[in-house]
Amino acid sequence: MPAIITPNKTDQDRKRHLEDHDNGAGRRPPTDKRTGGGGDNDNWSGGPSRRGPHERLNRYRMGIFFALASDLMFFVAIVSTFFVNQSTGHIDAYNHYINDWFPTTIPPILWLNTAVLLISSATMEFARRTMFQENDVMDEWLGLGKPITRRAIPWLSATIALGLLFLAGQWTAWKQLALQGVFFKTSQSSHFFYLITGVHAFHLFLGIAGLIAAFVGLYVSRQLENRQILVDCAAWYWHTMGILWIFLFTLLVFFQ
Amino acid sequence: MTALRRIISTDHRIIGIQYLLLALTSVAIGTTLSLVMRIHLVWPNWRLPLYGPILPEDYLALVTIHGTIMLFFVLTTAPQAGFSNLVLPAQIGARRMAFPAANAASFWLTAAALVVLSSSTFVPGGAPISGWTAYPPLSAVPSAGPGQGAGMDFWLASLALFAIASTISSINTLVTIIRLRCEGMTWERLPLTVWGWFTAALLSVIAFSVLLAAILLLFCDRHAGTSFFLPAGDLVNGVLHTVHGKGGGSPLLWLHLFWFFGHPEVYIAILPGLGVTSMLLANFSFRRVFAYRTMIVTTLMIGFLGILLWGHHMFVAGLNPFAASAFSISTMAIALPASAKVLSWLATTWRSRPSYKTPMLFSLGFVSLFIAGGLTGPILAQPILDEYLHNTFFVVAHFHLIMAMAAIFGLYAATYYWFPLMTGRLMSEVLGRWHFWLTLIGAYATFVPMHLAGLAGEPRHYAQLTGVPNAAGVMLARLVPLNRFITYSALFLATAQLLFLWNLARSLRRGSPASSNPWLATTLEWHPALNPFGQAAPDEPLAVHRSPCQYEITPSGELFLPQWAPDTLADTTGEVTFDTKPE
Amino acid sequence: MPGLFAVTSLLSLLPADASAHGPALDRQLLLSLWIVLALFALAHIILLVGLVARRHSAQRSIWHVEYVPLLALAVLFAVLTIRAERLWAATRYTGASLTALQVEVTGVQFSWYFRYPGTDATFGRTQPQLVAPGEGNPLGIDPADPHSADDMISSQLVLPAGREVDLAIRSQDVIHGFSVPEMRLKQNAVPGETIHIHFTPTATGTYAILCTQVCGMGHYRMNANLRVVTPPDFDHWLAQREKAAQP
Repeated sequence: MPAIITPNKTDQDRKRHLEDHDNGAGRRPPTDKRTGGGGDNDNWSGGPSRRGPHERLNRYRMGIFFALASDLMFFVAIVSTFFVNQSTGHIDAYNHYINDWFPTTIPPILWLNTAVLLISSATMEFARRTMFQENDVMDEWLGLGKPITRRAIPWLSATIALGLLFLAGQWTAWKQLALQGVFFKTSQSSHFFYLITGVHAFHLFLGIAGLIAAFVGLYVSRQLENRQILVDCAAWYWHTMGILWIFLFTLLVFFQ
Repeated sequence: MTALRRIISTDHRIIGIQYLLLALTSVAIGTTLSLVMRIHLVWPNWRLPLYGPILPEDYLALVTIHGTIMLFFVLTTAPQAGFSNLVLPAQIGARRMAFPAANAASFWLTAAALVVLSSSTFVPGGAPISGWTAYPPLSAVPSAGPGQGAGMDFWLASLALFAIASTISSINTLVTIIRLRCEGMTWERLPLTVWGWFTAALLSVIAFSVLLAAILLLFCDRHAGTSFFLPAGDLVNGVLHTVHGKGGGSPLLWLHLFWFFGHPEVYIAILPGLGVTSMLLANFSFRRVFAYRTMIVTTLMIGFLGILLWGHHMFVAGLNPFAASAFSISTMAIALPASAKVLSWLATTWRSRPSYKTPMLFSLGFVSLFIAGGLTGPILAQPILDEYLHNTFFVVAHFHLIMAMAAIFGLYAATYYWFPLMTGRLMSEVLGRWHFWLTLIGAYATFVPMHLAGLAGEPRHYAQLTGVPNAAGVMLARLVPLNRFITYSALFLATAQLLFLWNLARSLRRGSPASSNPWLATTLEWHPALNPFGQAAPDEPLAVHRSPCQYEITPSGELFLPQWAPDTLADTTGEVTFDTKPE
Repeated sequence: MPGLFAVTSLLSLLPADASAHGPALDRQLLLSLWIVLALFALAHIILLVGLVARRHSAQRSIWHVEYVPLLALAVLFAVLTIRAERLWAATRYTGASLTALQVEVTGVQFSWYFRYPGTDATFGRTQPQLVAPGEGNPLGIDPADPHSADDMISSQLVLPAGREVDLAIRSQDVIHGFSVPEMRLKQNAVPGETIHIHFTPTATGTYAILCTQVCGMGHYRMNANLRVVTPPDFDHWLAQREKAAQP
């Protein structure tokens, strides 16, 4: 190893990233030692100081949090429609109250898909944690190879593969239902089966796109912090989609 | 920067200007549509130039596009995304918004949504006729009316794009406010304008997704053979919808989903205006905002309660009468935080001999119009009275006074106020004064008589008042003189806005130069270092030392203490006079 | 927000009250309007006085300026709400009495049909598949049902004064709004549902029935006449129509 450690090239690209680590104090230490310069007098928010190595990461995490909150409301709307339609009957011409809800049988492959998705969450979490192991972070930041990235890539690839497997499994489930003559418009419950699994699959597809972006970013991005953010945010999105799937799956299996 | 780079910019100021230009275009289109509507109501045989006579479906299409454009593309873009992009980062001491690329994306999505909406006029069948509320089955069955085919699909697509854009923009606003405040800018020192943007963004994040879900479900009903909103045995234009089998959908479900979004939407439109009015009244009265902490709490309360009220749009729609009572109580409850704000405004300006610059005039106009429009809320909140007044012009008067006038006055106040910050010039006071008075008179002249029309029973969405058969025709024909007066006032009101456009265009080039803080403001955006026309270098450390609106004579003889001025020894030892008891 | 008109002007604006619950509703409406007008005037007077008076910065208690007025407003709104809810409960919480006259109202693009059940006091079955306006069966009444034979359809709603009537409001296609301003009645007609409202017409006359939920291009002319006649006239009319319906 050469005795001289050359700083990472990215430090020289200061011009394009003016706001990095700069809350407005010009990268100087905070003048107000009590608050840590985070703008919170007496640290009323009670949490860790906003300055520090994870400042940008926390910003992106918060963005993902709000985006997921919004997405959750989307699913809440669809699930409430599910419950309303399930219990809405009508009075027919003979003055009988009729409720035509016939549950759609879940193709058994969905259980396998659920297991695949849960495993993919596990691999995703492994990938995410390798991005933050401190010793290796230090090495990578100093430019001594890319141990983090090297360790994260297999886990990330596994997650992408499992995600694609899940989507393939969902597609198979739809094909199996179609063979039985159950299509989107066959019955009220089939509307929801296809809609719920379809919308979730679309979100997962976006998640896989995010994972691929993270994967590409591991190679292309020149700042460790950016790579961490890409993987971390993709991971939180992925976990949420997994938990959401568990909820939706439970809905379809037990509440139809 | 190349021209393309300037247009597709991630600079928040440019994006803010883009949003405001989009809103300006939209308001011009929307106003023109409303004038065509009003003229047709009173002179039904009038032929629109280059088009011909206005048929009933044309009238309903005008109503639909007018409502959609105004509520979404003017009142959800300009106060929230438009002005917050311009001013929010500077007001909290941040260099930029949290996610600049997402910011640009949300603007271009909004612009695309506007293009799609405008295109709905030119597709076969024309623009949709189901109003901005798009109740199914009228909106779910393409054969239910002209424009309900491709036009309705375009409308749905436009709103879907808008919902996504708005959500992204709100996430940006939220993360910026939470994480990018500068040193010393605690939550309690945030200007009320920022609190308004914050609450509106929270509401957006919750509400727009529900609209998106509803749009998706409606789209499925229209094209994928589902029946989420179509009941069993629905017979439209001779076609029985048995393709959905015996399954029963519920049109009321759309109402619930839509209004769960729709009511927070109108609060999103007004919350920034409420905040900016408090701040501007304080600024020009050289006073603190009375009961600042209470104002923060009431902003959040209005946001929170606003999610619980949606049923008051559905009192006579088939809602369970017990639920109607519950919604009625929560609707009455929201009158209290709104009244608290009015009391604060009155107290802030009480015995203050303010400076009557144009932004102040428009803020005072906001107060007046908000009171006028808001007070009819408790009337409509009573289901027994709504049974008479629902979907009459009384409701139209109520929401136009608040949204079309008060919220617009807020936008005008903000424009006149922040114009010097953006351009280094002042808008003409003389033109501004004429604009204010003519607009205020026009606003009251147009919308107060609408209450009378509503009390007389005139329904909304009626394409004609004359030539209607039966006893209804007699009743409606009697209302034509009143409507004629409203139309004349509306034409007057719209013409008065030309003064604003003239003022805007003229002041860009020939407005008198402004100092770096012409209004003697205390909020951070007027800091010389943050002023694009200021002289200081942009790398100075920024810190905030006090709440805004500290207008008191300091021992060292200063008239006021801006948020950024450092504490000096003299300030802590001398006596300072307070306008209000410290809280 | 009504302008500075006298009470009599306001009263003349509101159409004549012709139902039993109408006067109470009008009283509540006028009370609310007066309160609102007074608050509007009060707020503006305070605003203008405050703007005109000389500058004076005194210490002001948040209790005096905010909380006490809010408390007063809360009490005022609570009183209004309680009165309103009682009126609402009286008309909507319970159904019609068992002796009420039954009429079925059906809204179609763009007309109203009114069906009387006939002497058996039972409506016949309807099927959407049987709807044939051109053949004189706009509601799709099923001839196989024995109760259908004496059903009578009218394009006017004719009611006897002084008797409670139970309207069953339905729609065939899209959401319509059944509204009779002079009876202070409004209820949306939702397809797939039958919604009941009840009222008692008091004054004879001809009144307008309007559609108040946008339902398509004919929305503005989707109206009908409500004729309230004396009970003997009503019986006479009903008997005549039923005889004509059965050859």
